Amino acid sequence: MEVEFETEGVKKKFLFVNRKAPYGTIYALEILEMVLISAAFEQHAVIAFIDDGVFQIQKGHNPKAIGMKHFAPTFGVIEMEKEDADEDEDIDMVWRIVVEKESLEARGLTADDLAIDVDVLSSADLSALMNEQDVVLSA
Amino acid sequence: MLHLVNKSPSDRASLGSCLRLAAKGSAILLIEDGVYAAISAADSAALIISRLDDYKFYVLKEDLEVRGLSEKPLIDGIAIVDYTGFVDLAATNDSVQSWL
Repeated sequence: MEVEFETEGVKKKFLFVNRKAPYGTIYALEILEMVLISAAFEQHAVIAFIDDGVFQIQKGHNPKAIGMKHFAPTFGVIEMEKEDADEDEDIDMVWRIVVEKESLEARGLTADDLAIDVDVLSSADLSALMNEQDVVLSA
Repeated sequence: MLHLVNKSPSDRASLGSCLRLAAKGSAILLIEDGVYAAISAADSAALIISRLDDYKFYVLKEDLEVRGLSEKPLIDGIAIVDYTGFVDLAATNDSVQSWL
């Protein structure tokens, strides 16, 4: 039996919380897949990097030696999706890429160490943003 | 919002991160190895005790029993809930965040 889902017009605010470093576990890649799927359905999305998740968007990865997927090109796609969402009036999709300031500082990083353009938020501001979301997916 | 913490506070920083970022008034439920954070005599107890006014804390009864913690003194102010209580918390909060 074929099951049909009614998705027309369903629009939610998704929050994707990245808390794990990029190569030691598969969590980071799994979240990326979910982010891209949410784009296919034109959902609103906040992509947040906190704790060791900030290492996912650090410049200068070179994972060839361990045969893992390089993260930076995929985050480039996310930046492009965000730009499309910002500029194309026909796409009703708001995207934000944010990183917690306290997590950066605790790891000796600044926004200059990051490979993509992100909003740096304080814990308090990120806390308020989290509380506004409809669906939270975390790893 | 309901926050789920399933890692021991002496093994991972999940509880600390949750307490840094959860909005005041949120519910925080300790499950699986997260229940170790409820032990009142543990070094980690101060994490929760200092935030009892900011959040409603819960711990899952079944996961306490599995780990032999049913008779162990827990932090005053953490409510013990069973699986049915877990479902109620998930249903009455707008959204759920897991601090994996």
